[in-house]
Amino acid sequence: MKPFTYSRAASVEDAVAAASSGGRFIAGGTNLLDLMKLQIETPSHLIDVNHLELDRIERTPEGGLRIGAMVRNTALAAHPDVRRDYAVLSRALLAGASGQLRNKATTAGNLLQRTRCPYFYDTRMPCNKRKPGSGCGALKGGSRSLAIVGTSDACIAQHPSDMAVAMRVLDAAVDTVAADGTRRSIPIADFHLLPGDTPHIENQLKPGELITSVTLPNPLGGTHVYRKVRDRSSYAFALVSVAAVFDGQGGSRFAFGGIAPKPWRVAAADAAAAAGAGAVAQAALADARPTAQNAFKQQLVASTLTSLFRQKEARP
Amino acid sequence: MKFDTPATTNPIDRGRVVGVAHDRIDGPAKVTGTAPYAYERHDAAPQAAYGWIVGSAIAKGKIDAMDLRAAQSAPGVLAIVTHQTAGPLGKGARNTAHLLGGPIIEHYDQAVALVIADSFENARDAARLLRIDYSPEKGRYDLAAERGHATVPKEGFGGPADTAAGNFEAGFAKAAVKVDQSYTTPDQSHAMMEPHATTAAWDGDSLTLWTSNQMVAWAVEDMAATLKIPKDKIRIVTPYIGGGFGGKLFLRADALLAALGARAAGRPVKVALARPQIPNNTTHRAATIQRIRIGADRDGIIGAIGHEVWSGDLPGGGPEVAAQQTRLLYRGTDRLTAHRLAELDLPEANAMRAPGEAVGLLALEIAMDELAEATGVDPVELRIRNDVQYDPEAGPQRPFSSRKFVECLRQGAERFGWERRVPQPGQVRDGRWLVGMGMAAAFRNNLVAKSGARVGIDGRGHVVVETDMTDIGTGSYTILAQTAAEMLGVPIEAVTVRLGDSLFPKSAGSGGQFGANSATAGLYAACVALREKLAAKAGFPANQTVFEDGLVRLGNQSQPIGALAGEEGMWAEDRIEFGKLTQDYAQATFGAHFCEVGVDVDTAEVRVRRMGGAFAAGRILNPKSARSQVIGAMTMGVGAALMEELHVDKRFGFFVNHDMAEYLVPVHADIPEQDVLFLDELDDKSSPMKAKGVGELGICGAGAAVANAIYNATGIRLRDYPLTIDKLLAQREGSALA
Repeated sequence: MKPFTYSRAASVEDAVAAASSGGRFIAGGTNLLDLMKLQIETPSHLIDVNHLELDRIERTPEGGLRIGAMVRNTALAAHPDVRRDYAVLSRALLAGASGQLRNKATTAGNLLQRTRCPYFYDTRMPCNKRKPGSGCGALKGGSRSLAIVGTSDACIAQHPSDMAVAMRVLDAAVDTVAADGTRRSIPIADFHLLPGDTPHIENQLKPGELITSVTLPNPLGGTHVYRKVRDRSSYAFALVSVAAVFDGQGGSRFAFGGIAPKPWRVAAADAAAAAGAGAVAQAALADARPTAQNAFKQQLVASTLTSLFRQKEARP
Repeated sequence: MKFDTPATTNPIDRGRVVGVAHDRIDGPAKVTGTAPYAYERHDAAPQAAYGWIVGSAIAKGKIDAMDLRAAQSAPGVLAIVTHQTAGPLGKGARNTAHLLGGPIIEHYDQAVALVIADSFENARDAARLLRIDYSPEKGRYDLAAERGHATVPKEGFGGPADTAAGNFEAGFAKAAVKVDQSYTTPDQSHAMMEPHATTAAWDGDSLTLWTSNQMVAWAVEDMAATLKIPKDKIRIVTPYIGGGFGGKLFLRADALLAALGARAAGRPVKVALARPQIPNNTTHRAATIQRIRIGADRDGIIGAIGHEVWSGDLPGGGPEVAAQQTRLLYRGTDRLTAHRLAELDLPEANAMRAPGEAVGLLALEIAMDELAEATGVDPVELRIRNDVQYDPEAGPQRPFSSRKFVECLRQGAERFGWERRVPQPGQVRDGRWLVGMGMAAAFRNNLVAKSGARVGIDGRGHVVVETDMTDIGTGSYTILAQTAAEMLGVPIEAVTVRLGDSLFPKSAGSGGQFGANSATAGLYAACVALREKLAAKAGFPANQTVFEDGLVRLGNQSQPIGALAGEEGMWAEDRIEFGKLTQDYAQATFGAHFCEVGVDVDTAEVRVRRMGGAFAAGRILNPKSARSQVIGAMTMGVGAALMEELHVDKRFGFFVNHDMAEYLVPVHADIPEQDVLFLDELDDKSSPMKAKGVGELGICGAGAAVANAIYNATGIRLRDYPLTIDKLLAQREGSALA
């Protein structure tokens, strides 16, 4: 960990003002601190946003739900409105990490967590995300856990979040405030970026821009499912995960985790639901370019969807 | 005390303390955080500086240049140790690669420098400022590719590389039913909780190391050889060890570099490996390729059995002796075992819990399941039919000291409800789960090693035991206290046990599941000597004196044991040495594992639903800690079956998934009900304790039971561990998977 200075922001204005002269926000620190210890992240200044009053969950006038950026994963998963109206989000959260980590991890921080690619974590290895231009160690190396779609020759890292996959299926929006006070609402579909030639740029946030909340649109109703498939029963990142909402009138939507550099959703996959799990998988993975080690994820996406369709049909 | 004739009745047979379930006497200190571990010895070595190990960025080649200037001038840096500054170093007999590399690099993450600073953070930051130029060389990282170059390893742990009896090829050729399959197991990491850690301090030319090491005497010897100083100038202190599994059998870089660092800095230095350094810097269990051929008649009676094993290690290293159990477990007149060793430039391979059998049984016990299917004989019955009460390579003149294998199979099967298993695979469904049952034999050699202890008693009747034996979470403290209490007739609360100090008598140490039996037998010998002294002082004939209820008694005469010891107290020291009984008798521990799994019909996720096992391992000294050993080992067997694998990057020559987010071991949610039955057994040829080892038996075969249950659930026979979703999906065609 390189020496850094630390300040505690008392207000949102305070936080973005402090960030305008450089520095990184820190909330739960469940990922950033690990990365700092490994000098994968080397901020010279940390702005602690834990004390901002961004820890509320409230209904919007339109009937949606605004989730403060500092709401902890545990609190979000347990919130009665989330459990009732956005059950897919609650289920996704509880499928992630461990109880201890969920107690610390925040809504905004979860969106910004970085990949679990092992080449990203070993600073002696090439990694375009960690060190632009150094190459991708994973492409011809150990890639079993990595992304199969949305990748580039520069990077095949996967996004590790469960929460974000559920937010993607719910069409959430990420609310931010910039250093100059400008507020904007970024659809989660656009929030995360594909790697292309710049895998080190992972999202739309500008330097110093702070996430203040995540807004969910009005409840979709229907049946909510989150299915996460991994190599052990708990406390492991997804090989494949699927967030699905079946509205009961034949409409369905699907988002996928573990397979792409961002929460993965394809309109054609939603539209293919009537044709069954295989068709949904095919549409979702139309542009897949897996490695030999992770090609199985294509089949696993289809299998997971089959399981999920079966689970849905088994319900009254 | 020489143990060269079978034990007769002795005070341990009273079974008042030994053999009774007892809480760990070291438990309260551990759960309250008052048991000091190696990195926490502020009490013993105040003002210790912090060392951070820099590991090689290449797997093979050499260092061209090291530029230390930026690191040396970084805040708080006290000294930097490299091969250029360390002075001439030797190498411990038990190390394959050098613990401090450079200029030659032998493996990835081999230590090449230690940066010492006034704080942990300063040391770690300064380490990043080292500029090291390497010239990498082409290495060999792929066992399958090097298999053709493998050679016959020299005889070492596990006996000769090859054994044979009868004529295997001829016997196999004529067999009515044949199994001929290849199996693979991957490289595995010990993944113990406490990382390798040492605090070192010099006092003149004398060195003290507070460290985490399973084998105190080995550490002294290898440190002396490495530093080229006399053994009596080195003290090793390792009273508490947060797990080892074989990863701490040997002197490692943390200890050597802490010693060198303390010398360079002129003050105590402490060094712990960071978790991501452990898989590549330290030892691991080597991957294997195994070919098993079994020839049997139509009733499943084995006539020919062959087991060939290929593994790899650094030049000068040793093989994974995975065919060990095949020499002793099943009948058959025509036999062959062979180990071949390839040179690889991966990190150093060495022992991990039950080296040999742990992975040998992963293969052999699938092969037996395949034979059961081929012959139509129930897997339990098949193993019963192939039981043999003597070493089948040597013949009836070398019987087993005790072998309750058949009883384990029968009782284990009954408790588990094995009769409910449907032999035809893929027939049982519970919701989305395909359900299957599998079983496997458990077998682990019973090793013994000479072991010493001293025991003292004071005027109040308080007993102190001292031995350099270690407790790696196994329960050594408690069984030693039980032994002393039983032998001297005092309550266990009156016994204090001090372990893990090279000032104490040399013991067997913790490894090869020999620790419990050997160390308690060594203490038994010391207690016999103390009893003789006490009896003599009382004027009683030693062989008629009874020690019980705090009294030393002969007929109606008795004296309180403390009063007899007197104000001065009384000490005795002895050791147990094992004679020819291990050669005259085959000695081993046995068991049977049973497992029920569910496999998701769509996704092929595997979940273990329940496990059960029956084990025969001589006298069970403390049923509570023994059970913990077995269920922990069964858990490790589940890990081996389903998830544990160090992924090799065959270009750069290292283990890619080198942290615990990526190297998966089972979590609580993976482990269901585990039922453990210990059979009543006393082995009078194993030691005066009539005990055998149990710390490794539980892992032996456990993973194969999982594999066989997966086959029974799905009809998919996987032979390459771990048995992950991708491998199951690849074979779903024609299986019970959807």
